[in-house]
Amino acid sequence: MVETSPSTRPRPLSPHLQVWRWHVTMAASILHRATGVALYGGALILAGWALALASGQGAYDGYMTLLASIPGRIVLFGVTVSVFFHMANGVRHLAWDAGKGFEPRTADLTAWIALVFGLVAAVAIWALPLALGAR
Amino acid sequence: MAGFRTPLGRARGLGSAKHGVGHFIGQRVSAVALVFLALWGVWSAWTLAAGGYRGALTWLRSPVNTALLTLLAAVAFYHMRLGMDAIVEDYIHRPATKAVLLIVNTFICFGGAAVTVVCLLKVAFAGGVS
Repeated sequence: MVETSPSTRPRPLSPHLQVWRWHVTMAASILHRATGVALYGGALILAGWALALASGQGAYDGYMTLLASIPGRIVLFGVTVSVFFHMANGVRHLAWDAGKGFEPRTADLTAWIALVFGLVAAVAIWALPLALGAR
Repeated sequence: MAGFRTPLGRARGLGSAKHGVGHFIGQRVSAVALVFLALWGVWSAWTLAAGGYRGALTWLRSPVNTALLTLLAAVAFYHMRLGMDAIVEDYIHRPATKAVLLIVNTFICFGGAAVTVVCLLKVAFAGGVS
């Protein structure tokens, strides 16, 4: 093989997380990956739902009771926030792929929009049944 | 001889994985599809939450709902396999551990997709079990 570099000293590495002041684009980037992992769990919850539905009424009722419990609701609320944030931030990524939205002010603004949208949309869809007086 | 090679020489010897573009395009195309499918999915979950077992059976009897939910599951498992692959490749550097985790990810995603789609179609075609 080609051995072109004469250097054996350690190569420079890019600065890592701990040397950066926190800023919103960085938070959005990390949260995009974190919510992606959360949605991995969310998809498995969907698989469990389909399995329970195909297994009959007893299994389905048991599964829905589990999801409706307090820990179940907390998990499902987290999945809802993850869906909306990951979706909004994913649209940011698609815009970047088209070469748009890289200016710092635009990137900061869209990061805030994605964060607020994720939270507000999730709260709205969870508050809707309460507002309508159901459940 | 590998021990005498410089880091740059080693990196050059590895070359590219030769399938980055397919991964990139697949991730984006499934992302665009999921914007619509996931919005529909959240709305559907909202309507399904109150209906109970009978409500879910009736809901899944509609061919549109069967098709869209099957599509949502298939595209979501595809998209999340690509995403988790990227995470493993970013953070896991031991070749053996990386290979095992990539295989586990593949099994979970194909398994999850198969279970979900088979269960949905079974209920849609054959109805519920009582």
